[in-house]
This record gives sequence, C-alpha cells and structure tokens, in this order.
Amino acid sequence: MSVIGQSTSPDLAGDSSPEHVVDPVVRRSGVDRIFRGVASGSGILTFILMGLIGGFLLLKGYDALKVAGWGFLTDSEWAPDQGGKFGIAAILPFTVQIAVVALFIAVPVALSTALFITEYAPRKLRRVLTAMIDLLAAVPSLIYGLWGLFYLQPRLITLSKWMADHMGWVPFFHVDDQYGTSLGIFPSSTFVSGVIVSLMVIPICTAVMREVFSQAPPGEREGAMALGGTRWGVVRDVILPFGRGGIIGGSMLGLGRALGETIAVTLIISPAFTAKWSILDQGSNSIAALIALKFSESSTFGISALMAAGLALFIITLLVNAAASTVVSKSRSGASTEI
Amino acid sequence: MTSALNTTPNTNGEIKISTEERIKIRDIEIVDVIVMVGSAVSALALSYFFFQILLPVSGALGFLVCWYIFFNIISTVAVWELRGAVKAKDHLARIFIWTGGMAAVIPLILVLAYVIGKGYHSLRPQFFTQDQKFVGALSESTEGGGAHAIVGTLEQVGIASLISVPLGITTAVYLNEVKGRLTKPLRMIIDAMSAVPSIVAGLFIYAAWILALGNQQTGLAGSLALAVLFLPTVTRTSEVVLRLVPGGLREASLALGGTEWRTTSRVVLPTAKSGLVTAVILGVARVIGETAPLILTVGGAFVMNANPLSGKQDALPYFVFRLIRFPQEAQVQRAWTGALVLVILVLVLFVIARAIGGRGPDNISRLKKRRLKRKGLA
Repeated sequence: MSVIGQSTSPDLAGDSSPEHVVDPVVRRSGVDRIFRGVASGSGILTFILMGLIGGFLLLKGYDALKVAGWGFLTDSEWAPDQGGKFGIAAILPFTVQIAVVALFIAVPVALSTALFITEYAPRKLRRVLTAMIDLLAAVPSLIYGLWGLFYLQPRLITLSKWMADHMGWVPFFHVDDQYGTSLGIFPSSTFVSGVIVSLMVIPICTAVMREVFSQAPPGEREGAMALGGTRWGVVRDVILPFGRGGIIGGSMLGLGRALGETIAVTLIISPAFTAKWSILDQGSNSIAALIALKFSESSTFGISALMAAGLALFIITLLVNAAASTVVSKSRSGASTEI
Repeated sequence: MTSALNTTPNTNGEIKISTEERIKIRDIEIVDVIVMVGSAVSALALSYFFFQILLPVSGALGFLVCWYIFFNIISTVAVWELRGAVKAKDHLARIFIWTGGMAAVIPLILVLAYVIGKGYHSLRPQFFTQDQKFVGALSESTEGGGAHAIVGTLEQVGIASLISVPLGITTAVYLNEVKGRLTKPLRMIIDAMSAVPSIVAGLFIYAAWILALGNQQTGLAGSLALAVLFLPTVTRTSEVVLRLVPGGLREASLALGGTEWRTTSRVVLPTAKSGLVTAVILGVARVIGETAPLILTVGGAFVMNANPLSGKQDALPYFVFRLIRFPQEAQVQRAWTGALVLVILVLVLFVIARAIGGRGPDNISRLKKRRLKRKGLA
C-alpha cells in the first residue's frame, strides 16, 4: 500500500492512531488537484463508457426482447427474421463449453510456461522464451483461426476419434452415431474450437503470471533455497502462494477472452442450434460467432435480436469477471513489495 | 531479481573458499545422466512393447505420448530410489514445467511457418501499392493488392491508440496512485470491461454511433470499436505494472517534498516504463488483428479510401476474413498473402516496441548513456 492512497481511502478514515493525525490533504497544491481531477475524470469516463455499452445494447435489443419474452432464455432456435422463435438456450451452453475446453488446456500450459520462464529456464533461453510468448500474444486471433482451420483441424480430428472410441464413457466424449464413428463427423466441433481458442488464451495468461512470478520477493526465495529447499519446493512454497493473484487474474483474463472469442470460432464451427453434452462431434456455436455470421443477413429486427444476444454475452462476461475480481482483489500480488 | 539463484560458481570465481572444496549449486553428476538416458531408453522399449504389440493402434503422436508417460514414471521412480521423495517430486515438477514451456512455443513456430509457407507465393511489391479495383474474381492471385486494407488498419489502430493509451494509463494512475472512493468499483468495472467480447464492442459502436447517432460505417467507427477493446487492456496491465513499483520509492519521493504529481510523473511512471510499454504492446496485439468489431463497423471496401472520417474503409484482418471464404483459389491465395502481411506487420511493431522499451528500469540505453556522459553524470 502506498502512502498516497492511505490518506484518502475510506477504510482508514476512521483510524485515529497517532501516525495519521497529520492529514496530507491540507498540503495538496494546485497542480496536484488538477492531477487528481484528470485522473479521476478518466476513471469516471470508463464508468460512463461501460454504462453506455450495456445501455445501448439494451435499448437496441429491447424490441426483440419484448417479442421473445422469456422465450429468449428457453428457445434454442434462431429465426427472428422468419417470424420464428429465437433464444440462447442452445448457443449459451456451447459458448461455455468452448471456453471450458480452452481453459482446460490453457491454464496448465500457461502456468508451467510462466514458471519455466521465471524459475527453470537458463538465462539465455529465458529471454528468447519471453519474447516468444509476447509474440504469441501479438499474433492475431484471425491467424490462429486460419491455422486451426487449415492445418490443425485435419490432424486434431484423429485425436477426437481416438477419444470418442476409447473414452466414450465420459459423457462429454460420447459420440452417438449409429453408423460407427468415422472421421467425417469430428470437424467443426466444440473440441476443435476450444483447442484453437486455448492458443489465444495461453499468451494472455502466461504474460500476467510471468509478470507476477518474476516479482516474487528474492529474500524469501533465497531463504527457501538456503533452508535446503529444492527448486520445486521454492516454487510451491514461495512463488505460487505469492503469485496466486496473478494466476487467478491471468486465468480470468483468459476466460474473458475465451467466452468472447469470435473470429476463430466463426471460422471453425458449423452452427448448431441443439444443445448437447458431447464436445467431439460436428456442430457447435457461440454467441459471438452467431452475431458475426448473422449480422450481414439480418433485417432491423434481426439485428435487434442480435443486440439482445450481445447483451446476454455482455452480462455473462460481466458476472464472471465480477466474481473473479472479488477473488483477485483479496490477493493483490506485489502489494507487499517494499524496499 | 532472479540473479541470486543463477549465480554459477565460475562467474564469481574470485571468491575463494580456502579450507574446503566449494559446493557446486548446479552440478550434474554422472549418475543423473545415466538415470535420464536409461529412463529414456527403457521408456522407449516399454512403449514400443505396449503400443506396437499389445494395443491395436498406431501413430507417431500416440507413441510419443506413451513414451512421455513411461519416461516420467521410470525416471521418477529411479530418482526416488537414489535420492528420496523430495528430489523425486522436484524431478517430476521439473519435467512437467519444461514440457509446458515447450508446449506454448511449438504452436507459435507452426503457425508462423504455416502462414509464411502459404502466403509468400503471391507476395509482390504491388500488394502494398495497389488495391482491388481492377481485380476480378478470376484474376491471378498476384494481381492487385491490399494497400487499401493496410492503410485502413494502420489508421484505425492509430486512432484507437490515440484515444485509449492516454486514457488507459491515466485511469491506471488513478487506480494505483491517486485512489479514492471509486477505486474498488472502478477496478471491478475495468476487470469486467477487459472481458467485453470484441464482437460486443462492435455491436455497441454499431448501436450507439451508427444506429443512434446516424453516422455511416467508416474507419472512425472501426477505431472507436477498437478503442473500446484497447482501453481495459491498457488500464489493467498498466495497473498491474504500477502496483509492482515498490512503495518505498513513492515514500522516498514524498518524504523529500515531492508533490503527488511529481512523484507519479518522475518516480512511478519512469520506474514502470518498460512494463507500461509491454502493456501497450499487449493492447496493440489485441486490437490490430481484431476482425469481429470491424465486420460491424468499417463496412469493408475493395478500393483505397484513406479518409477514416467518411466512406467505407477496409481493414487487413477483415480483408483476409472475407477473401478466405471465397470459392476461388486466387481469392483464397490473396487472403493468405494478407495474413502474411498482417503477421509481418505485427512482427515489425513487436520488434520496434521491444527495441524502445523492452528493458528493465536499471538498463540504460547507449544513447542515454552518451547523453549522461555529456552532462558528466556517468
């Protein structure tokens, strides 16, 4: 905690211990008042912007929501322009499935990559790897989507088939096909999309985790080594507890990215409108991909319906992040780094 | 920070311990090598036995996975026998973390190699100078270019950065330096905003800027959508960086009579400079290849439109996204060329950004050193 913050933060206002008798607010100069004003102003602007996003989506999506009513949450088809029903009952589960698959792959890989860079890699390799992860983050999602569609998918579906054949007892891997599982039913699936999306999540997670791990207090680290700890011991008892906020924060950023990933999913999936447990076989969907695919062919009412879907996606990501950020704020890494 | 652990005995050889032989911290004994090689060979044999003979499956990947699992088990057991449980756990963790580190890099190499391999055939200078004005659906893939898309992307990302970088860093300063009643809710809002899906940002600009305010689809609309995405990324990462600036530095500055503005501008921000540049890179990285919001906002065009304020504009990612779905081979080839240019653009930006500020705070550039020498400071 910085000294600047303590003077004004509300939780310390009632603190009447002798150290806080002198209130620095009195000595604040004109420049400082402008500085604080500008900084607060940009903060408030962010609030307004966030409110505007929700507000405009609600405003423009209201027409569609009024027509659909509760059916918006319970209908699984999407035919607003044909006068039919439309809802997110199937698209939403697909979106979550893709994100979960992505995180399942990305978080362990990102965690070990971050640890590898900060703790294990030789000095020269560390610099190269850091640059490569930054580069991995810089590669556009569109490129991953193209690579996934043309290169990875034809190779990945053999793995999908193997999982369906040998691990079919897991409900997510069970593929119901009366003609036997053939390779043709595995492309454009939730699993393939999830794997591609994980590539986009990894660098984001790694960058945050690495940043935090590299700031672990050297005193404690050396202390653990001096006590005879192995490298893994240092990681387990110093680095990981210290970096917990970074791990959660990084995964959270990753989840946000995975839920809203549009282009890669749009390129991979073939749209499906019936929710299912199985992630391996053809047909998946996501709210973001739905918007991207339907936008150009929609009428005013259809766009209103898409706005409503966008609002739903917006609210979901909002809730996920509100929950996650309360966890993170309890373990703000680096707050205790003092010299 | 990490130097203490990595100091190898030979780098500070001038320190001599006279009485006893030095203890080497990182010493690879011959036994360790034998254990590793032995485990690798026996894992190979075992996986050959299980995979090729017992199981009716085949495939290089499956074999590799099989070998990996056996290698882990065998070598861990061997280390356990030789050195005990603590060392064995350390060994296993080491293998997993090395694997994870490699697992993140391999896709990058594959992706870059694939895009370069697909795109370089039809990459000609005119890709940077011509648009698609005289290109028909059946033209050769080497005809025409993506100049209109490149210009569009540069303008859109430039305008978005002009809006978001100052605003984002100022907000981060508010969160970490100024603080106030809004800090906690604002932090939550920024966290939430960082997860605003790119397509939602596009929808928002479409609803607010185009539908409600009656503007057309322009490059500016695209920039606004990109700015919405850019802002939280910059703010979040900048805030993480600012938080890691030691509180002692701030206290020292304030104790010397520095104002809050001086403390922030002269102590906190310079200390965090390299981190802030990384924050901006991450932000640019997220927006430069963003396609989804542009689908809704820029409109797309096949001819040059350098004015972001009026008329439909194209963007490189959108150009690629549209052309890759064409049935004609030449159009798909053009999309791959566009993808390659996008990757090159990202690489160039990346190298520039690293050259400017990818160093630690204690690292003084050659130029600055010379300047300091002139002043007689160093």
